[in-house]
Amino acid sequence: MEVMIILVPLALALGLAGLVGFLWSLKSGQYEDLEGAAWRAIADDDAPAPQAQPEAAPSRS
Amino acid sequence: MHVTRDFSHYVKDLGAGLKHIDLAVEGVSCAGCMAKIERGLSALPDVTLARVNLTDRRVALEWKQGTLDPAKFIDRLAELGYKAYPFEKASAEATEAEESRFLLRCLGVAAFATMNVMMLSIPVWSGNVSDMLPEQRDFFHWLSALIALPAAAYAGQPFFRSAWRALRTGNVNMDVPICIGVILALGMSIVETFHHAEHAYFDAAIMLLTFLLVGRYLDQNMRRRTRAVAGNLAALKAETATKFIGPDEISEVPVAAVRAGDLVLLRPGERCAVDGVVVEGRSEIDQSLITGETLYVPAEHGTAVYAGSLNISGTLRVRVSAAAEGTLLAEITRLLDTALQARSRYMRLADRASRLYAPVVHATAALTVLGWALAGASWHDAIVTGIAVLIITCPCALGLAIPTVQTVASGAMFKSGVLLNAGDAIERLAEADHVIFDKTGTLTLPELEVVNAADIPADMFSVAGQLALSSHHPVAAAVAQAAKSRSPLMGAVEEPGQGVRAMVDGVELRLGRPSFCGAEALVAQSASVDPEASVVAFSRGDQKYLFSVRQGLRPDAAKIVAGLQRRGIKVEILSGDREAAVAAAAKALGISEWRAGVTPADKIARVEELKRAGVKVMMVGDGMNDAPSLAAAHVSMSPISAAHLSQATADLVFLGRPLAPVLAAVDYARKALHLMRQNLWLAVVYNVLAVPLAISGVVTPLIAAAAMSGSSILVMLNALRARKVREEATTWK
Repeated sequence: MEVMIILVPLALALGLAGLVGFLWSLKSGQYEDLEGAAWRAIADDDAPAPQAQPEAAPSRS
Repeated sequence: MHVTRDFSHYVKDLGAGLKHIDLAVEGVSCAGCMAKIERGLSALPDVTLARVNLTDRRVALEWKQGTLDPAKFIDRLAELGYKAYPFEKASAEATEAEESRFLLRCLGVAAFATMNVMMLSIPVWSGNVSDMLPEQRDFFHWLSALIALPAAAYAGQPFFRSAWRALRTGNVNMDVPICIGVILALGMSIVETFHHAEHAYFDAAIMLLTFLLVGRYLDQNMRRRTRAVAGNLAALKAETATKFIGPDEISEVPVAAVRAGDLVLLRPGERCAVDGVVVEGRSEIDQSLITGETLYVPAEHGTAVYAGSLNISGTLRVRVSAAAEGTLLAEITRLLDTALQARSRYMRLADRASRLYAPVVHATAALTVLGWALAGASWHDAIVTGIAVLIITCPCALGLAIPTVQTVASGAMFKSGVLLNAGDAIERLAEADHVIFDKTGTLTLPELEVVNAADIPADMFSVAGQLALSSHHPVAAAVAQAAKSRSPLMGAVEEPGQGVRAMVDGVELRLGRPSFCGAEALVAQSASVDPEASVVAFSRGDQKYLFSVRQGLRPDAAKIVAGLQRRGIKVEILSGDREAAVAAAAKALGISEWRAGVTPADKIARVEELKRAGVKVMMVGDGMNDAPSLAAAHVSMSPISAAHLSQATADLVFLGRPLAPVLAAVDYARKALHLMRQNLWLAVVYNVLAVPLAISGVVTPLIAAAAMSGSSILVMLNALRARKVREEATTWK
């Protein structure tokens, strides 16, 4: 059962990492436009955009 | 005169030489539009960011400070085929967005805790029947407490706050039993863990919060989206005015930047965006959006004009007046204020349910404790069982029953062209059994149509259409529209207040007042046929024709009215227009009950009279004169072309030319209310099954968790059915 000393903190750390990831994605505005994001994923990139499109537009409003 | 457009009011300075503007864009609906707009705008030099938000239908733009004028973006979008308007976030919307983000953060924390506590609970549940050591179980329980307690303290905030607010004012809402349940479950679990007991309910408490937060977030998101749409509507109404910034210099500015006392220019064909008094010029104005009256009113020095009036023939200079000084507008504002105050606070279904729910549940829990104590159980066991009753009855499915249906139904309504302005509109709409329509702009289309197109030779029609392109007069615009003309005639001259003329192949063409074209004789015949229509004459040499132009009924109005009647809804017309015009519309639509020439006060009186008779009235109107009765009615609806005030007051707004969304909205709302009730019953049935188990004391944390998630998922799945209504309504396009 000594293995729990490693496994339990590991499990908690992984869970926390997930939570931090979620909070980060929320903060960077990835839930602002769910409909658009769905379409962006399947949009064709045949004509390269003239300028770099920032992937996550931080909400400045 | 030199015209500039000044959008500096909307531009935000981000620092570091960057500027930001938000534009509301009309007609963005697909991924194609999104890519087109972003590429088109990014191609402009100095633009650093162009990002479309498809949910809110907006574009965020950032560019390097310098020569780039924000008006350029709007022109570029116009070239791409989209109408765009600068946009200012209302503070209410910003608050909703912040609230929505907060709920999502709470949901994330709660979901994280649920998953991790579950990971610890499952070994305990299976360990209880196998060979887990009591020390290991205690360790897992303490670990669960370590995760669940801080998570519940954070993620429970929305509920704790709301419950506290209700308790402080001496009320009980759904959040009170939730908080009591969660706090007791956590408290009991700590005590039990401390005493090395077998069962702890950390998982149930945090899972409950997670499910409830899902419901809360859906509810909030629907409101936020509604708010965003309403904000766009305000921006799309193009509230700009042409203001004099010098004696002879004008600038197009947002209405927000116009102050009382400013002079604005109102050209023919423009809609006035401010209230004011004419100081110079002579014209006719169409006040149908304000009074419902379709006859034009002459305007000259001293005439009061209201926001929403359409200028017809001549150019006017208008002095902006402070607030509502005009008698009509002041009257409407006063009526609206009273109606809004009197608007009975509608008790939402969820609140009614919780008012019944809380006492029943708490009484059951108390009786359980007493019963077990009397039956000889120890106080400890009796209290633990009582708390188990509270946990198992916690309104988990109840909290999801309504928001899930509302979210699905509002999405379906959105697709059929109906936008919700109020969160509880669906419930109220479903109850409506009497519809009052305004005529002008609601049953009829807001634009003018040529009604006698068939009587005019096609070649004449198309020449007249080309000539009409040179005029600003709305009636001429209707002729040009009907003739589908694209290329204006060269050398056409507009004579203000008279018409346009041009020479083609040595023949003079004229379009305008009958007297201008020498066609008075024809008018005498026409007027006897259709008293409602405006006429415009066209002459080519000696050939003379009359175009009869009027607001046509919405294409499917008769069908929709019949559809409403078939659903047992009474239909009535209340209009501020003349009797002849209203009678004709009523006859065409098969509506037997109608009144003409009613004032805003009369409209309210009629609504109140029906209300007293116990009738649930739905008011559908667009004019400013409808705004007070929209507020007074049980539920209200406006077309997108409605006056500002009416649209802000209406519970629902519908888009497009057909009237079909009205019927579709009724169908969706009825279906949604049916499903909400069904969901509440499902939750009740679940409780009826689970409570006896809890009372008898056989409920373990495993059963609690399974029952809770089972009932929640059932309710959510049932809510998905709100997407579909009977075919009939949706196929009427």
